[in-house]
Amino acid sequence: MMLLVVTLTTFAIFFMIPKWAGSDPALLFVGKQSDPEAIEGIRQKLSLDDPLLVQFWHFIEGLFAGRDYANGNDVTHCPAPCFGYSFRTEQAVWPQLTDAMPVTLSLAAGACVLWLVGGVTAGVVSALRRGTLWDRAAMGVALAGVSLPIYFTGLLSLAIFSYQLNWVDVDYQGITDDPAMWFQSLILPWITLAFLYAATYARLTRATMLEIMGEDYIRTARAKGLRERVVIGRHAMRSTWTPILTLLGLDLGALLGGAVLTESTYNLPGLGRLAVTAISNKDLPVILGVTLMAALFIVVANLIVDLLYAVVDPRVRLG
Amino acid sequence: MTDIEKSGTAKPAKLDKPETTGDLPATGTALGEVAAAGSPAPTAFLEVRDLKVHFPTDDGLVKSVDGLSFRLEKGKTLGIVGESGSGKSVTSLGIMGLHTAGQYGRRKAQISGEIWLNGQELLGADPDEVRKLRGREIAMIFQDPLSALHPYYTIGRQISEAYRVHHDVTKDVARKRAVEMLDRVGIPQPDKRVDSYPHEFSGGMRQRAMIAMSLVNNPELLIADEPTTALDVTVQAQILDLIRDLQKEFGSAVIIITHDLGVVAELADDLLVMYGGRCVERGPAEKVFYEPQHPYTWGLLGSMPRIDRDQTERLIPVKGSPPSLINIPSGCAFHPRCPYADVPKDNITRTERPELREAGSGNHFSACHMTQEERTRIWTEEIAPKL
Repeated sequence: MMLLVVTLTTFAIFFMIPKWAGSDPALLFVGKQSDPEAIEGIRQKLSLDDPLLVQFWHFIEGLFAGRDYANGNDVTHCPAPCFGYSFRTEQAVWPQLTDAMPVTLSLAAGACVLWLVGGVTAGVVSALRRGTLWDRAAMGVALAGVSLPIYFTGLLSLAIFSYQLNWVDVDYQGITDDPAMWFQSLILPWITLAFLYAATYARLTRATMLEIMGEDYIRTARAKGLRERVVIGRHAMRSTWTPILTLLGLDLGALLGGAVLTESTYNLPGLGRLAVTAISNKDLPVILGVTLMAALFIVVANLIVDLLYAVVDPRVRLG
Repeated sequence: MTDIEKSGTAKPAKLDKPETTGDLPATGTALGEVAAAGSPAPTAFLEVRDLKVHFPTDDGLVKSVDGLSFRLEKGKTLGIVGESGSGKSVTSLGIMGLHTAGQYGRRKAQISGEIWLNGQELLGADPDEVRKLRGREIAMIFQDPLSALHPYYTIGRQISEAYRVHHDVTKDVARKRAVEMLDRVGIPQPDKRVDSYPHEFSGGMRQRAMIAMSLVNNPELLIADEPTTALDVTVQAQILDLIRDLQKEFGSAVIIITHDLGVVAELADDLLVMYGGRCVERGPAEKVFYEPQHPYTWGLLGSMPRIDRDQTERLIPVKGSPPSLINIPSGCAFHPRCPYADVPKDNITRTERPELREAGSGNHFSACHMTQEERTRIWTEEIAPKL
């Protein structure tokens, strides 16, 4: 349901904006030197003269059932899910998306695991060694992580580890093609992206942990005679996950923004780079497709987070 | 009869000789020195000697407990009474060893003195040995059962966890034990409620569950820190009855910490009144109630609401506010608030700290500069008629 609303809104925006901006999709499609006849042909083929709602219906229909683009006898069938064709390359959008999606997912999932493990661990250790050198160092690094932009840390790590030291090769390979290469090509982007987020999680974990260690139920846990390891691992950590999950839900949505920069920096053929290219080319169908994928990504991520909430906090469970 | 005999002071005081402390130094009366200087293990079940718990802060050293001694026998109940910040809870956490467990960062509580439980000294013992005693030998009930129970784990899980720390049993056995304990503390349908979460329980049931958890290992010493403060009045009575019944059944020694004299009036064999981190009066409960020997105790009694009193009469609060524990008033800590501070001659209340001295009869002690006669006169003529 939410996905549908997002789709509708996105679509409306993307069809309205060119109109308001005075640019004609047909013109974009054909290119600068074009005769009016060709433009008219494109208009018919993409049914750009139909009312907006009808166009929208065609688009939705195309997503689920496939769609035929017809200009006289020249019929192009676009199988479902049809996102149309790129204005620039005249390639179908869907295959481009399916090519780019795994790259972004690999990047996001790997970075996510890395920043959760790294950030939460650093936060816990910092909280337990509050005020010590370790704490200060970790929080200093965290501050740097939040402050330094990806294109700085990214390029720096690229320069050092790839060009200077030659430790890793950053040419992307699919995980099914060559898992080792896949891992190697993504390790730097993972670290770069994770560094940005891990900092926030370290600080959040530290603050939450400090608060929770002062809770009465932690004292109760100690009063039972539990080992300190169990008190922290079982009792304190359990409560720490709730705010971390909340932040994760928000961040997974915003993650694509970070992915855009990371993918551009490391030249990864993911959704982010696809979006950047499409935007600079005014390639509307591709932009639309990427946006929808991003929306899908956010919705699914939030669904997972909501489900995890219920697992973590029994008070959230209904019935 | 008495379980409290030991003075927490280093100066000679007129105390009767405790039969359990063994050889006394030649001076004979310096009980505080005996207690503090590593005298032989006491035969009493629990003996606290000159306990001091200080916390360093930015503003200075907070002397939460500053020289406290008492003794408790098995099967007996000691009530520790005092207002907020008098050091009641800090004392109980000190006995549990919870000031040193789980201290992170650099600022640590400074604890000195001796705590003897069953002939074993706890403050100098290996922390892991003390940890093993926690929950098994010494258990604690906390003030607010909602915040003292972990919100994300079921009641049964939390109780069986307390059991499994000290018993090598399977989850099923521990669960059965949890159900048994819930049944024992009067929770209906214990086999179902064992899977409930704390937020699904009412306040009274939560406290019952908390009690079940603390008694799951049959502890020999139960410390109840304001066990009824967070509860309704009707539930309070039930919980107190429950604690009393369970004490009879398990034969544990109980320390009840409260600011409510009504609570200890029902339960305690002995009373210890704390003010500013020290004991100002202690003795058998009925003595402290009916022949109180310290102006602060008079104040507490005067501020206690009573059903048998004329309702139009106002309660008499203790004037002023609790003392700063960083700059404890010189002399008697209570003197800025004491209406009778001028009674002893030569301004002694302001310059010299009063030691615990025998007052009245029968192991009743008070730390007040006034003479026995002065106190008796003020109590019988001025205070008692108004109560």
